[in-house]
Amino acid sequence: MMSDVLARAESASRRYGGVLALDAVTVDIRRGEIVGLLGPNGAGKTTLVNLFVGLRRLTSGRVELFGGDPRRAENRRHIGVTPQETGLPPMMRVRECVDYVAAHYADPLPLAEVLSRFGLDDLARRQTGGLSGGQRRRLAVALAFVGRPRLVFLDEPTAGLDVQARHTLWEAIRAYHADGGTVLLTSHYLEEVEALAERVVVLGGGRVLADDTVAAVRGLAGVRRVSLSAPTLPALPDVVRVERSDGRTHVLTTDADRLVRALVGSGTEFRDLEIRPTSLEEAFITLTEGART
Amino acid sequence: MRLALVNARFTFLETIRIPIAVIGTVFFPAATMIFFVVPFAGGDPVGATFATASMVTFAIMSTNLFQYGIGVAEDRAQPWDPYTRTLPAGPGPRFAGRVLCGLLFTYVALAPVVVIAAFFTAATVAPYRLLLAAGTIVVVAVPFTLLGLTIGYALPSKAAIAVAQVLFFPLAFAGGLLSAPGQAPGWVETIAPYVPTRGAVELMWTTVGAFPVSGRAMVSLAAWTVAFGAAAVWAYRRDEGRRFR
Repeated sequence: MMSDVLARAESASRRYGGVLALDAVTVDIRRGEIVGLLGPNGAGKTTLVNLFVGLRRLTSGRVELFGGDPRRAENRRHIGVTPQETGLPPMMRVRECVDYVAAHYADPLPLAEVLSRFGLDDLARRQTGGLSGGQRRRLAVALAFVGRPRLVFLDEPTAGLDVQARHTLWEAIRAYHADGGTVLLTSHYLEEVEALAERVVVLGGGRVLADDTVAAVRGLAGVRRVSLSAPTLPALPDVVRVERSDGRTHVLTTDADRLVRALVGSGTEFRDLEIRPTSLEEAFITLTEGART
Repeated sequence: MRLALVNARFTFLETIRIPIAVIGTVFFPAATMIFFVVPFAGGDPVGATFATASMVTFAIMSTNLFQYGIGVAEDRAQPWDPYTRTLPAGPGPRFAGRVLCGLLFTYVALAPVVVIAAFFTAATVAPYRLLLAAGTIVVVAVPFTLLGLTIGYALPSKAAIAVAQVLFFPLAFAGGLLSAPGQAPGWVETIAPYVPTRGAVELMWTTVGAFPVSGRAMVSLAAWTVAFGAAAVWAYRRDEGRRFR
């Protein structure tokens, strides 16, 4: 039986000079998943993707693509990657770029299908240097799908696109996924990851901070922050985490109402009670900042 | 092999879409023919033939130095280059494609030199020697391709342009390309056998006419070729190590 894991990093570490860009990262990408890879700049997202697509070598650990070394060309037969949009050769026509990439694969998509899927129909003869930023981005994403890949790596696929163009691309990615395709997606837009991904891997400081379903991460978003000044805290229910700073105590809780009732019921002295919601973004920032200290 | 041709086609199209780059390559050897060879050596069949062979060598050297030196350095700066390495092919086909394309442009740059020689000078060459010369061109292109690759992989593109420009004229002059065989200034005749262009031009001379090549120039050409080859491998590995390790 063929393994359901298409790509795997096992305690993968990568050092650039004195900087540890990835620190023993373990991630599996399984068939049929859309995995969102999140993290602030410098978290190691690009390094991890570069290891998966064979552009970089590991310092230690192990990375596998379809059970083999990603640096060997034959193990890359079933992947698709987006070039950076600025990397398209400006003098070449859209169809020439598509044909060039297609020549590397055994059973590529027909040109017309690539163009229509990504809304590039009328642009086949245009030089990429003359395209708008949005058109270039669509072409860059389209190139990842040319070889009928089983696994695509999409790096910031919709950066700089307007809402309409973004939704068109999302539709194309969803259609690919519905046909059984697997996606690793990096994005700065949490909204994009929420719209597309089923699973989220959060990287920070080169380590995996969270690896869970989007629902679980949304659960983190439902967390409230209860802040108060109190010398000591009694035992409280539904506490995720307790932080102290500037003489204040911050309690992250999944049920602020129950927690406050318990707090009042306990008779503990406190003042300046404050309850704030946390967003997905705040959960993300909390996670990644926690890793820095 | 098929992928090498795909890459050659891609590089070819990329290059000719900037026509001025091609015109520049073709212009310089042709202009030198018109301004120096036609008026000064054009009437003498032997002199004109040798002078044409010199210009052919000059053109091979300059096109290869420039197109590899600058082409490779510019490619390395583009994100498209790492992208192509994620495709299911090693760096081999892309490299082979570049060399095929380079050879094609070398012939393109030579064509006007040969045409000018045929119509405006007394230069003559037997048809079979012309065929031989087409082969000699490939041999002569090797060391300058390697030198160009060294420059392209070792330097950023602005530095590569400067270095190629600084190198090509002294190489031509010191090798005796700008004078008839044996007619260069004395000091040039002294150092010429140790300059790679000399061995190259002697090969061209002996292909098109009665010229005895000197062993010293041949040995030094072979030594330079090996040295440029080693330097190119070093520069390529160093670049790969920086960007893909």
